[in-house]
Amino acid sequence: MSGQERHVVVVGAGPAGLAAARAAADAGARVTVLDAADVLGGQYWRHLPDERPAGREHLLHHKWDTYRALSDALRAHPAVTVVPTAQVWSLEQVSSPGLVSSSGRRDGVRLNVLVGEPDAAGRAARTFEPDALVLATGAHDRTLPFPGWQLPGVYSAGAAQALAKGERVAVGRRVVVAGAGPFLLPVASSLLRTGATVLGVHEASRTGSLARGWLDRPWELAGAVGKAGELAGYVGELVRHRVPWRPGEAVVAAHGDGQVEAVTVARLDARWAPVPGTERQVEADAVAVSHGFTPRLELAIAAGCALTASRFVIVDDTQATSVPGVWAAGEITGIGGADAALAEGAVAGAAAAGGDLGAGAAPRAIRSRDRARGFAARIEAAHGIRGGWVRWLRDDTVVCRCEETTYGRVREVVELTGSHETRSVKLTSRAGLGPCQARMCGRTLQDLLDDGGTGVDRRPIVVPVRLGDLAATPTSSTHTASQPQET
Amino acid sequence: MTSRRIPAAADPVRPGPDRPLTIWVDGEPVTGTAGQTIAGVLLGAGRRQWRSTGQSGAPRGVFCGIGVCFDCVVEVNGLRDVRACLRRAQDGDVVAPQGGPFGEPGAGRSDEHDGPEVAR
Repeated sequence: MSGQERHVVVVGAGPAGLAAARAAADAGARVTVLDAADVLGGQYWRHLPDERPAGREHLLHHKWDTYRALSDALRAHPAVTVVPTAQVWSLEQVSSPGLVSSSGRRDGVRLNVLVGEPDAAGRAARTFEPDALVLATGAHDRTLPFPGWQLPGVYSAGAAQALAKGERVAVGRRVVVAGAGPFLLPVASSLLRTGATVLGVHEASRTGSLARGWLDRPWELAGAVGKAGELAGYVGELVRHRVPWRPGEAVVAAHGDGQVEAVTVARLDARWAPVPGTERQVEADAVAVSHGFTPRLELAIAAGCALTASRFVIVDDTQATSVPGVWAAGEITGIGGADAALAEGAVAGAAAAGGDLGAGAAPRAIRSRDRARGFAARIEAAHGIRGGWVRWLRDDTVVCRCEETTYGRVREVVELTGSHETRSVKLTSRAGLGPCQARMCGRTLQDLLDDGGTGVDRRPIVVPVRLGDLAATPTSSTHTASQPQET
Repeated sequence: MTSRRIPAAADPVRPGPDRPLTIWVDGEPVTGTAGQTIAGVLLGAGRRQWRSTGQSGAPRGVFCGIGVCFDCVVEVNGLRDVRACLRRAQDGDVVAPQGGPFGEPGAGRSDEHDGPEVAR
């Protein structure tokens, strides 16, 4: 810790994290940005790496100029250190006499980090004990299971997007896009720009919910005109390419011998249950599916941050969490999109740096944050998962991709044990015990069991770590890490 | 071929010129370009499955594409449990499809490594 300077660590280099880092540096803090990837931008601004610099990268992005401005500013700022390929694998709450506050002493956090190529052995172990922490860890797709979703050729919508943007790889020639939410539109756009034929975009929500979510209190949308314009641009592109956008429909099965050759599309009722007799088969070699997003809450939970009932990090007007010294921004506080994330990050960074929120760029950031705030609620109202989807499951449908636990097995375990507690059903059925640590199926299991707890989001070890690297870790935390996984 | 890499010359995004690299998969050369991940090289060459599941032996490749689902893990230069969607390919990488459970020593692994046993 050097002198009076406040050290702010930002975890995550997507829109929220980049905005936070810049605001914190502008407010006078020393800033360290940690991100698991080797390029900045997060999933939103996933782009070609330095080895393949694109002449017209902006074609694939919304607000690419904002990304360039933020990343250039951070690289040029003498008080900012960006640590790429930095995987935070655990967060400990520590009592640090060195961290002096008005009370003379307060508790802090320690981040345990491995730096180096993903999953390599012998990565460099580093720890950080910042004065202030900004969590901007983002979210990943949530895909509901359906028969055949484990076949090669079925991708999360985020994967189709990441491969298109970060690799210039088309996941298929004839691609079906399905699921729920505005994210399906940019995914279809990215696929079109790989030269793929997009056979249709099937949005599970019906026009009734869409209208209620998006047209309720329309005067509030005036403030989010940038977002509306972005979505309108995608819709125009679908029209130009004659891609049908079909509300109230879902891919309810994928078929093929060893890989996807066709899908079944069906109409859904308002509860997302397939309407019998409406099924039709579509020949396709790839499917991109996403039903929303799951916030990456591991570090926030490890820090002790309070969550809302719908399991997002609770923040106040300054983006402060319930834990002193910890701020949060972006999708972990609500799925509100990049505009909200940028504004929240700017507020969080300035606040974490101890800056004056009434001066400089902060008031403007607060105003745009407040304008963007309603967006997450609208997305949830219009596109939120409805319980009828379980009707497209069959007993042999894989629910847990890692352990290949089927829906029938989960039901059998519930009948045998009489338990609706996710933890006990996981231990008996093995669902959720694989390497993804229930990231893919945890919330699905909870929905199937009607269990609303936060247990499935609790992962003291944020990502699997090689034991050899733990032994080399310069902290006393090895015993925590080698415990069996908390379920 | 279902999945494929867009030829640089035909790409409206105009990525930098290809700098070809070769990785070896089951003894066969697979060509990609510098900056791609191992998953990107494989998918770009039309390969979309490279792992068999531990339980049923079912084929798997990329699902989430961002390092979350662990469906795409491969053995790279003798080290198991590497997420192909995150690891940048290096010219000459030897990639072996990985069967069996995640986080356990592989049959062909070298004991000189710290060991692929994994805590989670």
